[in-house]
Amino acid sequence: MKATVAVRPKAGILDPQGEAVRGSLRHLGFDVAETRVGRLVEIELEAADAEAARTEVERMCEQLLANPLIETFEIEITP
Amino acid sequence: MARAPRPTIAVVTFPGSNDDRDAAQALSLLGAEPRLVWHADAGLPAVDGVVLPGGFSYGDYLRCGAIARFAPVMHAVTRFAEAGGPVLGICNGFQILCEARLLPGTLQPNASLSFVCRDVPLRVENADTPMTSRCEAGQRLVIPVKHGEGCWTYPDPTKLEASGQIVLRYDQDANPNGSLADVAGVTNCDGNVMGLMPHPEHAVDPLLGSTDGCLILGSLVDAARAHLGAAVA
Repeated sequence: MKATVAVRPKAGILDPQGEAVRGSLRHLGFDVAETRVGRLVEIELEAADAEAARTEVERMCEQLLANPLIETFEIEITP
Repeated sequence: MARAPRPTIAVVTFPGSNDDRDAAQALSLLGAEPRLVWHADAGLPAVDGVVLPGGFSYGDYLRCGAIARFAPVMHAVTRFAEAGGPVLGICNGFQILCEARLLPGTLQPNASLSFVCRDVPLRVENADTPMTSRCEAGQRLVIPVKHGEGCWTYPDPTKLEASGQIVLRYDQDANPNGSLADVAGVTNCDGNVMGLMPHPEHAVDPLLGSTDGCLILGSLVDAARAHLGAAVA
């Protein structure tokens, strides 16, 4: 089973990295209003079914992969 | 007069810590017996205080402190803190304590995105805590910072303000990282766990420009000595 976790800065949370990327894109001539930079984590795991995999990956996110104070996460499971 | 006992204070070395020896040397200078403890140790030796030093534990991978918080020794550090033992996190140590949820908030990349390394002016907001007991409320300190991720943030800082947990602030026009409400250091609600981004261990000798770090580390040594007394009693 493969899980893809997208970790994003929460709305309203300062994202200096996104700001720097936006500045750079504008410098290149792209008209960009906002850029937010997150993180993508790809995980291979053994699980009985997609639901079990999702539960397991949710636990990973809560314990380590995301910081609930400043980040949100979204999980996609593919067999 | 009997000499004050030298409390033993653990300094935890994680892979990537680089201020562990400076912290140990400063503690020794201030009358404590430092004991370097390896992150992979299952427990702490008999100690009266703990310092999590600065550095880049586990390469700062994922988020600063996120992986170090699960180091084997951290179980014992958490138990020590929960039992009222004094624990001080400096810079990366502060980040680890936040990730471990022993301290409120989290530390994000500096608003400027630049690494900052300079002396910063600070104000003591609360001197009535174990780790600031040698300071006075409103006292000005100058202690260096050196970090890329020191922008402290928290959903409800006024609540922490009310409970006296915001203990150190940068001068308003000298905030080096964009931290919320200019916060430089916070404690847990019991006051026995404190984290700060400035490095008191680099400000203990006039040769280095400031000795204000002695006030913070000296307070820790006093707290450790009191804890030693408490454990014996």
